[in-house]
Amino acid sequence: MKIDVNQNTMILAIETSCDETAAAVVENGTVIRSNAVATQIDIHRRFGGVVPEVASRHHVDQITVVCEEAMNKSGLEWKDLDAIAVTQGPGLIGALLVGVNGAKALAYAHDLPLVPVHHITGHIYANRFVHELKFPLIALVVSGGHTELVYMKEHGSYEVIGTTRDDAAGEAFDKVARTLGLPYPGGPEIDHLAKEGAPVIDFPRAWLEEGSLDFSFSGLKSAVINYIHNEKQRGHELNPADIAASFQQSVSDVLVKKTMIAAERVHAKQILVAGGVSANSKIRSEIEKAASTRGIPLIIPPLSLCTDNAAMIAASGTIGFLKGMRADLSLNGKANLSIEDF
Amino acid sequence: MNVLAIDSSNLVMGVAVTTGRKVLGELTTNSRKNHSERLMPAIAQILNAVGLKPADLDRIVVAEGPGSYTGLRIGTTIAKMMAWTLKKELVGVSSLEVVAQNGRGFDGYIAPFFDARRGQVFAGLYENKGREIVRTAPDQLLMIKDWITELRKLDKPVLFLSNDMEKWCDLLCSESYATLGESTQNVPRAAELARIGAQKEPVSDIHHFLPVYLRLAEAEAKWLAKQER
Ligand SMILES: [Zn+2]
Repeated sequence: MKIDVNQNTMILAIETSCDETAAAVVENGTVIRSNAVATQIDIHRRFGGVVPEVASRHHVDQITVVCEEAMNKSGLEWKDLDAIAVTQGPGLIGALLVGVNGAKALAYAHDLPLVPVHHITGHIYANRFVHELKFPLIALVVSGGHTELVYMKEHGSYEVIGTTRDDAAGEAFDKVARTLGLPYPGGPEIDHLAKEGAPVIDFPRAWLEEGSLDFSFSGLKSAVINYIHNEKQRGHELNPADIAASFQQSVSDVLVKKTMIAAERVHAKQILVAGGVSANSKIRSEIEKAASTRGIPLIIPPLSLCTDNAAMIAASGTIGFLKGMRADLSLNGKANLSIEDF
Repeated sequence: MNVLAIDSSNLVMGVAVTTGRKVLGELTTNSRKNHSERLMPAIAQILNAVGLKPADLDRIVVAEGPGSYTGLRIGTTIAKMMAWTLKKELVGVSSLEVVAQNGRGFDGYIAPFFDARRGQVFAGLYENKGREIVRTAPDQLLMIKDWITELRKLDKPVLFLSNDMEKWCDLLCSESYATLGESTQNVPRAAELARIGAQKEPVSDIHHFLPVYLRLAEAEAKWLAKQER
């Protein structure tokens, strides 16, 4: 469906799929009027990861706070809004329910349309704050829960052409970080540590069958854990920085190569990178190099928009709104929501 | 004063609208738990049925717990969001206190409870004082066996009210002091929630109003236990 994406719109979005309670107001799908995030990283650190029940409880505590901040900073009143958008999934179900029910209450109270948003499309649309999207494009989505190559032939159209068969890239980062005794969240810690080391250990790279765009990271994860175990048994001194750098190199090689194959296969006019792992400096620099060698324009959101936020949900919600996507008051959160339904 | 009452704290889902001393409408189900899908439509339906708009409300009253964590979050989130965005008053009422209202006129103690798994119950103790039902002990989480023993010591008739009665029937029936509530008395009424809520002080900080879980998240309890060791 062709839509005019340049219409004037003003959307408030809510995001509560994991451990950030967030609300934002976005104008025309491209201008951030406000972007409020209450992060729970410090709360979950002592547990070594996100605890769903704890996260859900904190969302209830912060949901109206972030909405108030988003509305106040936007300088708008409720009557100036065109719609309320909300992350319907995927994510932690107890966490999603807080955002979904909060959004429904707002939509009902102010008689505004309600637009459901798929969280990953939000990550993809974070790129629209950087540059207008050009189609067809390939988006590499890498986060704690996702590793996907998404083909978009136009706005609001998503086809998954590659996905992980086991762990998400971010999961592998977290597990390797834990094995190295690094604090949660592990991704930034590994990134940091790797800068002091070199990729001297040859960890495996899972290419899978010829031509496959799928990923697999469980083998790599086990290889790293085994390596650490064996070295310790032999009484060797571990070099965590080298391990981090080598692990990161292995992940990056596979992600970058498969993204390039996908982009060339569909003659992509753009490559987008999205999701929390796209904050990783190694992956950012390697994919930049590879894309520029091939002359394909690359967009990566600024670090602040790589992690979960509601501005990106509003950006994707704007497209959903223009496409006529509407939910009624029976909208429910969905832990496993398929992007291809959007 | 137009009051909207919301209870999604347990299997029962109830909404009611009252104005002054008049009950304008009430909607209750006691069969399915998909509150996340059904609560907001029920609120819209009851307000529409009694001819009120969200802006016409003066106060929103929510059953604050104890109960199912998810159910509490759904009701509390909707109540907070509506109260905050419409600039209305918000009141939280104990979910057990709502059930206790069904023991009006009973000569003795009223003991509402909800099953809390692992042999535990969320339990409250109330009694009739004049026309009102007042709380005698704080709502608590404890083993039902301990609760029965404690109540036995009171040496007075006790009316047990619970939608989860069947599960504990064998234990309770053998107690000579116990009267078990009728099916209709075991179901909390949202109109009672509205009535009690109309008399209470509104919360001063809507933003940080939270459900009363009466139990820590498991990970949190374990973490605390580890710190003490
Ligand atoms: Zn995310």
